[in-house]
Amino acid sequence: MTGVRPSVEQETVLDADGIEPATAAVVNPELVAHSLREYVGAWSARIRAGETGVLPVIVGLLLIAVIFQTLNPKFLTAGNLVNLLVQGAVYMLLAMSEVFALLLGEIDLSAGFVAGVAGIVAAELILAANGGWPWWAACLAALAICALIGVLQGTIITRIGLPSFVVTLAGLLGWQGVMLKILGNGGTLPINDRIINDLANGNLTPAAGWAIMVVVVAGFGLVTWMREARRRASGLVAPPVSLTALKVAAVAAAGAIVVLISNTDRGVLVPVRGVPWVILIVLAVLVMWTVLLGRTRFGRYVYAIGGNAEAARRAGVPLARIRTIAFALASLTAGVAGIIYASRLRSVSTNLDGGTLVLYAVAAAVIGGTSLFGGRGKPMHAVLGGVVIAAIDNGMGLQGFSAASKYIVTALVLLAAVTIDAVARRGRTTGR
Amino acid sequence: MVSTGQVLSPAEPEPTGSTSNDQSAPLLELRGVNKRFGAVQALRGVDLVVPGGQVTALAGDNGAGKSVLIKTIAGIHGADGGQVLWNGRAVHVRSPRDAAALGIETVYQDLALCDNLDIVQNMFLGRERTSSALLDEEAMETSARETLTSLSVTTVRSIRQPVASLSGGQRQAVAIAKSVLWNSKLVIMDEPTAALGVAQTAMVLDLVRRLADRGLAVMIVSHNMNDVFQVADRLAVLYLGRMVAAGPADQFDRQIVVDYMTTGESRRRRDDAGPVPPAGEVAR
Ligand SMILES: Nc1ncnc2c1ncn2[C@@H]1O[C@H](COP(=O)(O)OP(=O)(O)OP(=O)(O)O)[C@@H](O)[C@H]1O
Ligand SMILES: [Mg+2]
Repeated sequence: MTGVRPSVEQETVLDADGIEPATAAVVNPELVAHSLREYVGAWSARIRAGETGVLPVIVGLLLIAVIFQTLNPKFLTAGNLVNLLVQGAVYMLLAMSEVFALLLGEIDLSAGFVAGVAGIVAAELILAANGGWPWWAACLAALAICALIGVLQGTIITRIGLPSFVVTLAGLLGWQGVMLKILGNGGTLPINDRIINDLANGNLTPAAGWAIMVVVVAGFGLVTWMREARRRASGLVAPPVSLTALKVAAVAAAGAIVVLISNTDRGVLVPVRGVPWVILIVLAVLVMWTVLLGRTRFGRYVYAIGGNAEAARRAGVPLARIRTIAFALASLTAGVAGIIYASRLRSVSTNLDGGTLVLYAVAAAVIGGTSLFGGRGKPMHAVLGGVVIAAIDNGMGLQGFSAASKYIVTALVLLAAVTIDAVARRGRTTGR
Repeated sequence: MVSTGQVLSPAEPEPTGSTSNDQSAPLLELRGVNKRFGAVQALRGVDLVVPGGQVTALAGDNGAGKSVLIKTIAGIHGADGGQVLWNGRAVHVRSPRDAAALGIETVYQDLALCDNLDIVQNMFLGRERTSSALLDEEAMETSARETLTSLSVTTVRSIRQPVASLSGGQRQAVAIAKSVLWNSKLVIMDEPTAALGVAQTAMVLDLVRRLADRGLAVMIVSHNMNDVFQVADRLAVLYLGRMVAAGPADQFDRQIVVDYMTTGESRRRRDDAGPVPPAGEVAR
């Protein structure tokens, strides 16, 4: 263990007892490493200390890809991969919604049917008798209503002090009821708006795909580089330049792969190519929530409440307000998922199973590495977990497995993910 | 109201080294503070003087009311009666925010740190610095590092490591450092050494001493007589919610403090010291 531990700043002294605590290795490697080699050392020490991060889910994804590709060579074709990402978008968005609740150490069971409500509101407004609303106004209204639903549920949870499990369980039942009332038994609301339907079904032109990819990667590189330059300027420990370059290169490569795959013709009768819009939508939500949770006071308070609510309260964090806002954002994000869901089917119907959707969303967030116990997790985890769920769904679908087998396999993957989290937690806490 | 213990005569000379603005008034003074929880009278007419630049130790048996007293000062419980004077002026501390605004910081018995956040994030929790709506991590990290260095807390590997990975003494040090980051004038600590080993206790007591040497008033609750006599300039003893003795530490010795803690009175006197600290009569 000591062999791989990287050398650290000179100011570092041993613990007062002369013994370094066993878990000291969990420091973010970026903050102690001066070279790439030290980084790898610190990183592996951290993983062995229980801070596995996204490693399990990445390994899991690779495994899934290998297994399904061996079973069916169609799995890794451009057409199927793009299809998989588009199918997964709803899970990714719903899982990001769930991250807000999970970070607080709470849960939001209503997300699936809140998504349904968003789809219905948008569809109804577009269909409205006197001309119908423009697509953007309909979407904004649907999202606003979802946010209000979140505020309502959050207020009941925080002000009356009821458990989120019960309140959002009531939401699961109640919003399903509202949906059924509006749609009527077995009813369907068609969506004829081209732009709304394109949200999930439309593609960028190949050139636009490249242009946006370049802008996104350049933006990421610039932000990363500026942040580290600021740290160096303030005399703080910054990651080695080689690592930064490697990170930006990895993001550029990932972006290029997505664009390359998407720009390959995947049409059956007519050529279809281009990056799906929905990938950009997921990316936009991911960036927004990552900044909000990672770089703002609100985000810091969400983590603090999830870590130790009493400590946060004593530090002057307005618990009720932060929790309520988090539930509102969870419902708002569920609303985005609902609009995408409706767009993909070009309609909203009573077939929408919000119960299964929300359970998949929780599973995706947890599989991605978000802790059920609060205080640990990132929107990125939700996206990765959503990809896993979609990949299992898609890969087993290709093999012609029934829904029943898909559920069983997803259940096993979820159990594996939670086990990894629990075992890692044990590793994390033994140092004290 | 039960007759309250006569603790400090107003004529008692101001301790030297006081940093209060008003030369005549101590930094914090309590007069006749009461606190009742239903049938439990947790504090009965408590008088206390806490001067700047000194460590005031608060002793008392389990359930004597030590935690209630410091929570009252910290604004967690409102007092039911009595007066709180800050630099000689009457103040009402109704919330932790009020206390923080005066410059009162509390290090709780259970530390109140978020395990999932790192040292810097914990030290700035609730008072994050921002620049254009985003957290200013560099500024916070720089200040946190300066504060830790100035308190000679150099045993942590990185100030970006999660608090979960720290030893008990290091956690205590972070909690204390957090309290001085805010230009505070009074730092209150509830049993800061309760769970620590010998070396870590020495480190924390050292830290306590350093705070007082900086001119801060420090109030420390402890059951441990060794700690109390090692670090305290002044002593105050609570017995069943009453302040039964208070004064400079050199007027006490272990046995006297134990007498006050267990019976509320003491018939001993220190041969080499001045007058026996005034004691109130025992209730009932
Ligand atoms: N929130 C509360 N509600 C009701 N009673 C309380 C509350 N807090 C304290 N008490 C009571 O007040 C009395 C004093 O308690 P306190 O916690 O101050 O004791 P303490 O001196 O800190 O003891 P210890 O050394 O065990 O920490 C006890 O009788 C306790 O039961
Ligand atoms: Mg106590």
